[in-house]
Amino acid sequence: MAQPFRSLIARDVRLAIRVGGGALVGTLFFLAVIGTVPFGIGPDLNLLSRIGPAIMWIAALLATLIGLERLFQSDKDDGALDLLRLTDAPVSVFVIAKVIAHWLGASLPLVIATPLLSLLLALEPRAILALTATLAVGTPALSFLGAVGAALAVTLRRGALLMAVIILPFSIPVLIFGVAATRAAIVEPDPFWPPFALLVATSLIYAVVGTLGAAATIKINDG
Amino acid sequence: MGILDYANPTRVMRFSRVVKPWVAGLGAVVLAIGLYMAFFTAPADYQQGETIRIMYLHVPMAWLGMFAYALMALSAFGTLVFKHPMADVSAKAMAPIGATFTAICLITGSLWGKPMWNTWWVWDARLTSVLILFLVYLGIIALWQAIEEPIKAGKVTAIITLIGAINLPIIKFSVDWWYTLHQPASVFRLDGPTIYPAMLYPLLICAVGFSLIFFWLHLMAMDNELKRRRVRALQMRAARRAAPESTALPAGQTA
Repeated sequence: MAQPFRSLIARDVRLAIRVGGGALVGTLFFLAVIGTVPFGIGPDLNLLSRIGPAIMWIAALLATLIGLERLFQSDKDDGALDLLRLTDAPVSVFVIAKVIAHWLGASLPLVIATPLLSLLLALEPRAILALTATLAVGTPALSFLGAVGAALAVTLRRGALLMAVIILPFSIPVLIFGVAATRAAIVEPDPFWPPFALLVATSLIYAVVGTLGAAATIKINDG
Repeated sequence: MGILDYANPTRVMRFSRVVKPWVAGLGAVVLAIGLYMAFFTAPADYQQGETIRIMYLHVPMAWLGMFAYALMALSAFGTLVFKHPMADVSAKAMAPIGATFTAICLITGSLWGKPMWNTWWVWDARLTSVLILFLVYLGIIALWQAIEEPIKAGKVTAIITLIGAINLPIIKFSVDWWYTLHQPASVFRLDGPTIYPAMLYPLLICAVGFSLIFFWLHLMAMDNELKRRRVRALQMRAARRAAPESTALPAGQTA
């Protein structure tokens, strides 16, 4: 099972980074949101450095959810999804493979770009470190959650907005712990590790729940 | 009579026709007693004054909002695992009722919060997690509306309902896990309730009354859903009869 798992990840990453794959569009979207916010709230650097982590987290959330919408749809359209269903591998295995590939192609560049973009929002070095760490362990939770939404999108056809309505409430714990841990790095007395550990736990729970949920939703389409 | 005997919609409707008036009547009587006690015999709080009476509405609504979700998750489990034909009817009927009870809980809580905490709303753990419960309810209702074919809608919604059930223990324990403005549990505690008996009994009677009303609403909503499905089946049959030579699939079905 390890071989098809690896080759599916390799295929999806290759598709994402080649022409038309749009892996970096998510990171561009991330940059665009962060570039737009100061125009909305004014270029006050003190204010920006205080709410910067929250802005970055919301931008990452939107970038992940919007980017994930077509995770299964393109495979459904060209028939690859049916071929995958014909193999011996359980559905959950290729859900995990596809989510990992998507995370490598779309979220990892976003995490790597975070320190650079943090400078635009005047974050302190400690805050930049904390923010990058929380995004690195928190975005997998968003990817696995989004996988459920992407599986729903296959079922619903024109359900992009509905998908966001259903998935967004579930992403709130990730935001809470992610922003709490980052804020702890800025405001000295707050402890960093408890919210960070909870964020890791949330990621692990969503990895299980999201995989099972997405796999079950895809199976429903068989009728 | 096993649970499988209630896989037959006609039998369910017959059962609910017999039970409904009793549940409604009993609910009305119990609720009348409970509300009378809440407004006339229960004492005012020495700190909160008369606003304590909001509790007799707020607390049962909070319990039932969560209880409805628990039942809905149980129904979702029945849909996915046992494919019980009434499970998704029950789940679909539950969603708007649970959403309404949760909304009343949020609204009364807000009205209670203004005089007590001097704010309509705070973003603390208990309030936020109940708000998430309400949003999940709305998402589930929207999902039911989005898929026309009832069986498929039932399965998809069941998956989302079960994922959303993670929220229930978070709501229950949010007051213990985080430091919040909302008071901790004072009725269901291992060391017995900490609430004064003259307030506890009206609260419990109100809770029983609202629960009966809740079951009555649920039975009626299930009835309506069964009738709606029957109408849909008849319409599809009529459409098929109108165009017998057509090879097109009936509306709402995909190949």
